[in-house]
Parts: sequence; C-alpha cells; structure tokens
Amino acid sequence: MIDISVYGDYKTSWCPGCGNHDVLAALKQALAEMDLAPHQVAHVSGIGQAAKAPHYITINGFNGLHGRGLPPAQAIKLVNPELTVIAESGDGCNYGEGGNHFLAAIRRNVDMTLLAHDNQVYGLTKGQASPTTAEGQITKSQPDGVTNAPFNPIAVAVAMRANFVARAFSGNKPHLIKMIQAAIRHPGFAMVDIFSPCVSFNKVNTFGWYKQRCYELDANYDPTDWNAAMEKANEFGDRIPIGVIWKTDRKPLNERFAVCKHGPLGRQPVDLKALDAIMHSYI
Amino acid sequence: MSKQSKHIIIGGAAGQGLVTVGQLLCKALVRAGYEVLVTQHYMSRVRGGHNTFNIRTGAQPVTGPADACDILVALNQETVTLHKEEMAGKGFVILDTALNAEGLPALKVPFDKLAPKAIFQNVAALGVLCSVLGVDKEYAEELLRESFGKKGEDVVQQNRQVLDDACAWAQEQQALCDVLPAVPRREPRMLINGNEAIAFGALAAGVKFCSFYPMTPATTVAQNLILHGRKLGVIVEQVEDEIAALNMALGASYAGAPTLVPTSGGGFALMTEAVSLAGVMEQPVVIVVAQRPGPATGLPTRTEQADLNLVLYSGHGEFPRAIFAPCTLEDCFHLTHKAFDITEKYQSPVFVLTDQDLSDRLMGVPPFDLSSLPPVAGPDLTDDNAAGYKRYAFTENGLSPRRIPGYGRSLVLADCHEHTEDGHITEDMGIRTAMNDKRFAKELGILSEVVPPRRFGAEQPDRILLCWGSTEGAARETADILNAQGQKVAVLSFPQVWPLKPDQFLPFLASAKEVVAVEGNKLGQFARLLRQETGFVVHRTVLRYDGRPFTPDFILAKLSE
Ligand SMILES: Cc1ncc(C[n+]2csc(CCOP(=O)(O)OP(=O)(O)O)c2C)c(N)n1
Ligand code: SF4
Repeated sequence: MIDISVYGDYKTSWCPGCGNHDVLAALKQALAEMDLAPHQVAHVSGIGQAAKAPHYITINGFNGLHGRGLPPAQAIKLVNPELTVIAESGDGCNYGEGGNHFLAAIRRNVDMTLLAHDNQVYGLTKGQASPTTAEGQITKSQPDGVTNAPFNPIAVAVAMRANFVARAFSGNKPHLIKMIQAAIRHPGFAMVDIFSPCVSFNKVNTFGWYKQRCYELDANYDPTDWNAAMEKANEFGDRIPIGVIWKTDRKPLNERFAVCKHGPLGRQPVDLKALDAIMHSYI
Repeated sequence: MSKQSKHIIIGGAAGQGLVTVGQLLCKALVRAGYEVLVTQHYMSRVRGGHNTFNIRTGAQPVTGPADACDILVALNQETVTLHKEEMAGKGFVILDTALNAEGLPALKVPFDKLAPKAIFQNVAALGVLCSVLGVDKEYAEELLRESFGKKGEDVVQQNRQVLDDACAWAQEQQALCDVLPAVPRREPRMLINGNEAIAFGALAAGVKFCSFYPMTPATTVAQNLILHGRKLGVIVEQVEDEIAALNMALGASYAGAPTLVPTSGGGFALMTEAVSLAGVMEQPVVIVVAQRPGPATGLPTRTEQADLNLVLYSGHGEFPRAIFAPCTLEDCFHLTHKAFDITEKYQSPVFVLTDQDLSDRLMGVPPFDLSSLPPVAGPDLTDDNAAGYKRYAFTENGLSPRRIPGYGRSLVLADCHEHTEDGHITEDMGIRTAMNDKRFAKELGILSEVVPPRRFGAEQPDRILLCWGSTEGAARETADILNAQGQKVAVLSFPQVWPLKPDQFLPFLASAKEVVAVEGNKLGQFARLLRQETGFVVHRTVLRYDGRPFTPDFILAKLSE
C-alpha cells in the first residue's frame, strides 16, 4: 500500500462538517490501498464545491468548466489508456449543466469513474435547488418550494444499463472506500453517486437525515438483476439503499479502438509514408 | 489567364448523379493535364432541389469561380431555365432529347438510346463531355476500370460500351467546337477539395484526436480523418454536442494528443466557453471553422465570410490566439500543418477559418511534399525535477514547459480558474496580473511567426484589392482582367488574419490611390479590424453576402458602379 501522505494534505475552502472532506479522505485512502501512485491517476472536475477536489489532492488534475468534467475525462482515457481516470463533481455540475454529457458518457462507456457529490443542492452558488432537490423543498431561489420533479441519477443510469452504478454516503467511509475501489476496478463507465451533506445550505438532507435512511445492500442482493436494480434505484424515502445497485460488462470504448492497444496516442509515431500513399491514391 | 478556360456547369436535382459525372470528368481532366477548379452549389436537402457542380478548366491555372458559362449540362429542365442568363450569348447546353433547350444552342443527347439503363446515364454524359472537350477517351476508360473493376469484367465492359457509344455519337454530331487546347503531360496530381487538404495537413502534423458534431460544411474534415485515421492511428469521436467536442478535445490535448476540432459558425458558437478554457489552461488545440451564412442556421450549405468577428472575439476574458485564413488548397494543407505547430509552441487556441466555397473547392494539385515540411513543436517529454515541476511556471517569453500526465512522475494540474504557477486556484492580485501578463507574453512569439499577406498584380498599383481567405482567387483574376485593360491593380491577400503585423503591409496600402476591401460579409469585418488595429481606412468595399462565392464578374460589376 502506498503511503497516503503522497496525496498531500491541503487546506480546503470547504465549510467545517461538509461531506466533501470525507469523500476526499475516502478517495485518498482508496487510491493508496490500490497502489495507484499520483502520476498514474488523472482527476477531472467541473465547477462547484465538490469540483475543487483536484486542488486538494496531489495527483494529475484537470479542473475544467461547470458541467464539463466528463468530456475531457473520457478523452484523457482514450488518449492515454494507461491512466486511471476519475471525474469528480457535484450533482448540479454532473446532472444539471452536464446532463447531456452524463447521458452520453453512459452510452459511450469509456473506462473511467465518476464520483458525484450529491448534496441535493447547489453549494458554491449558495443554496439554490439542484436537479436532485426534492419537489416542494424550500430554498432561497425557490421560496414557494421546488416545482421540478427531482432527477434520479441512479434510476437513469440503471435504465440506460450503465456499466457500473453505485450509491454511497460520505458518513459511511469504509463502505464509500469500497465503492470507489469497485468503481475504479470495474471496466467501462462506473459511477458512484455519493450523498455528501451540505451543512450550510441544505437543512433538509442533513447528515442525520442520510444516516437514518441509508442502509447497505446485503450480500444476497444481485446487482446483475436489472429488474431488482430498477427497484432499488427507485427506493428513495424512509430507506435508501447504498452499495452496488447495478453492474454489467459491455466492452469499454477504449478497448474497441485498435490504436488504444499501443499505449498513449501521443507517443505513437506519425506514419508519413502511409500518408504519402494515401495522398497518391487521390491521383 | 481566364480567357482560355472553359466553365462547365452541371446542374440538376440532388440525387441525380451530377456530382458523380462532375468528379469523373474532373479526374479525367486532371489526368489529361488540365487545370480544374470546382465550385459546388447545393441546397440543404438530400433529394430534389437545384444543385450545380461548376467546373472551370483549361491549360492555364484557374484561381477562383466564374459566372459566365460555356457548357451547361442540364440534367433537368429547371437547370436550363435557371442558368439561361449565364450563357451570355455564347456556349451551349447539353441535355436530353426530351428536354427543351429554351432557345439556347444545344446538343440534344438521346440518353435513352446511349444508356441501356438509367444507371449508365452518368457514363454516357461523361463520354459526351470528353468528346466535346477533346479529352482523350483513354482517361475516362481508365477511370471506369478503377471504379468498376471490383464489380467484375462484365460491368467494366458494359460501362465501356456506353462510353464508346456516347463518344462516337458526340463525334458524329461534330460538336467538337469547344475542344480544350492541348497540354503537355504533367506530373501526377491529386483531385481533392479544401477539407481534404485540411485533413491531410492535420495528418501530416500528427493529429491524433478529433471530436466533432456534424455540421456542414465542416463535417468532411472529420469524415476524412475517420477515413484515414484508422491507418494513421487517429481517434475520431462523434460526440453529443459541440460543447462536448471542444471540452473533449482539451482533455485529449492535456493527455498528449495533437488535437483538431472541425465545426461551422453555429457549432462554434456553442464552443466558445471552451475556447476560453483553452486560453486560460494554455491547452493546445486546432479549431477549424468552416463558415456558412448566418445568423443562426442561415443558409446551411452556402458560403460567407461573416464569422471573423465571432472567432476573433470568441471566449470570455482575454488571451492570445492565432487565426489562419487559407486562400488556396495549398494553404489549407500548409496552414493547418502550421496551426498545429503554433498551437503547440504557444499553448493557445489556433483557428483555421475557411468557408463552404473553399471546403468544397475541388482542384488538381500535386501531392504535398511531406519530406520538406518544417517540424511541428511538441510537449516537454522530459521528466526532470518532477517534484519541482510547475505547469504554469513564470518565464520570460510566457512559455511554460507543458508536460503530459502519466509520461513520467511529473504531475500536471491544468486549471480553469486563475491559478498559481503549479496550477492551483488563486485570488492573489499579484499572481493574477503576472499570470495574465505571462499568457499575453506569448503573443509576441505568435507575432514573430505571422504569415505575411501576399501581393499579386501590379508592383506600384493605383488600386489595391484587399482580401482574406477564399476570396483571393476571384480578386486575383479581377486584377488580371483590369491590368490587361491597362490599369494598375494589385491584390493584397491575408492568409493569416490575426494577429496582424502592420509593418508587413501598411506602407504598401498607403502607396495606392484606392484600397478596396473585398469581403464575403455585410460589415467589412476585416476592413474594420484593420482600421481598429492600424488606423488605416479602406476607401471602398465590395461586399457579398448572398451566399454565393465571389467571382471576377461580381467584383468588376461592383467596381464599376
Ligand atoms: C457556466 C457556468 N454557469 C454557472 C456557474 C456558477 N456555478 C458555480 S458552482 C455552481 C453549482 C454547483 O453545484 P453543484 O454541482 O451541485 O456542486 P456543489 O457546489 O454543491 O458541490 C454554479 C451554478 C459557473 N461557474 N459556470
Ligand atoms: S457550502 Fe455546502 S457544499 Fe459547500 S463547502 Fe459548505 S457545506 Fe460543503
């Protein structure tokens, strides 16, 4: 196991008690236990509180635009299949601004991991509703209560038969670490939707609220049973399952490209002779 | 130079095979040693409508499109009606016996007799055209062998029979009035269009990744990379939208792949957020913007030069960039190649700004000489002092060594915020100012490599036609015509429109009595840019924004207004 200190120890700008601290600690622990050295990992994010994560961990990082973490993350894996690619961001970033990319990433199925901090609110912009905020919940921007139906990322991902779909809770760190590792190990697009309480702006979905509801799926649960997975995906109320909800093994996109078998694309030579032959075929 | 050239317009509905006839004829012409320049006009539909394939050909080089038509090949009645005017009292129409020549001199071809089945009509038309133009039949035969060889000797024979019959029929009509002058045998040339030249330029520069969302007229750049990328190890991914396309491209670039994104104005509008990201991240990327008329969806398959401002000012905040505007097919190749070098060296987004006219412009050009290409810059592949590596290290010239994640122990942190030397978010005023200055220091380097504008025509002109991009060809021909009439006209053409280096052209502009900006837009965007940057005010403008490319006739008519 790698010494966890190689991933650094940074002062963050997160509020004390924010779930993000635990997710960050869990990620470091997961990487250390998997012997993934900082230079072997690329960490990609968008914008938001959660998306600041690349600044608080010593690994390769690409901190892109709001909602746009997934497109660069997928390209990084395609161009350098030797890297372990992790995208990390909030629910607003991944399911709101980046909703289209989320759907496309599931369909494209590049071998990478998405860690979505789901605090059911916009943190960085101070408490507006996010796509996962419950209908009726009162916020500063929705004083009469949220009118949109909430987005269910797990159900959508299961419905689309994403390669790996898990749910975790920052308050259950050992389980979260296991989920992150299982996601990284699973080939193809793997996502972990992580409840990570926003202590400043979400007064409904608090640490206690999640703690009371989240229960671990037991060993009898079969995550390859799609109907069962759909049912678990929709279990959201007094009891919320955490664990691997669904998994399948569609071949990752990067394994379909022949060029990806020869290591990083950028290192592959330019075959000017072949190009010359191609040009001559236009004569 | 245009005197001896012929202008053949093949017109008909989409789906009638006019492009097939046109391409076969062009290939035969190029192999026979003639120059060709094709302008394609098509409508945004897959069947029906009215499309034309316009071939200018002759023994001498042809630089741009023309209006007046020498031979009109009408695949339907509408073509005759729509193009009557362009026959300009000379020339003739080639059409089926069943169609009405509407009073034009005509060669009525009994296609039903010459082609036993409708699918052979293309070959029959090719035979007639070769005869009429005096192109040796052997070139057409060779093409048929190449096209149909795979389908078996039978098919080749059937097609040859149709070709022979058509040639023989045409000869009997003694319609050889339009034969082209003889040309010496020449070095082999490719028949390619602008987008193919761009794709070759990118491949020669080592492009490894392309993400795109289809949009005419840029799509064929990606299509060509797909076609040849398999052999050359390029990943081309069609993505969910243009926003994803450019963000993905930046990820690919970060991971070490030379990267290209092709799009058109509407798609580019969506990308502008990520253009800004490329600026702050200092992430190399080549963006090809093939212009078509806007606003919004505009005229989807026509041409215009109205996105200069969009590209020049795209992206929020301030950061350096370079914009190339290829004028010719050779430019498409060489400037795209250069774009990869500049973007890599200066770690700023670089644009190749073309338009539908140039994208679809087919010409015969010698294969590009790959052995004489200058080297293309690449990332810093050392891994020295990995612990001390800083992605955005302050340097004199603004260039920080760009390393690639996973290529060693150096860690690369690319960031969209204002950042410190090691890529972390900062709000420190001093660092902000210094980092912004660092980014702009690169502009000096970009300036030092600017491709200077080109001059054609009179040495000491009374009048200068100022243009950029695809307009150069028509402007050159206009100058030639006027100079042959005893005027003193020059063309000043810009293959790079940003940044500008005034000492390269200002004295020349100031030396003429009249400077006329010739641009494919309504505002004279380049003339305005020139004024803003240098204070030089053009005297006149000739602007076109009806979706059609410039022709010498159009420019001459406007000049004499
Ligand atoms: C294009 C764009 N739109 C809006 C913003 C402002 N913005 C920053 S963070 C954010 C929401 C973040 O919410 P979420 O992704 O849920 O992350 P959290 O802060 O809760 O971790 C928004 C709207 C932005 N930076 N960029
Ligand atoms: S505002 Fe909310 S999400 Fe942001 S750091 Fe504070 S607690 Fe965490």
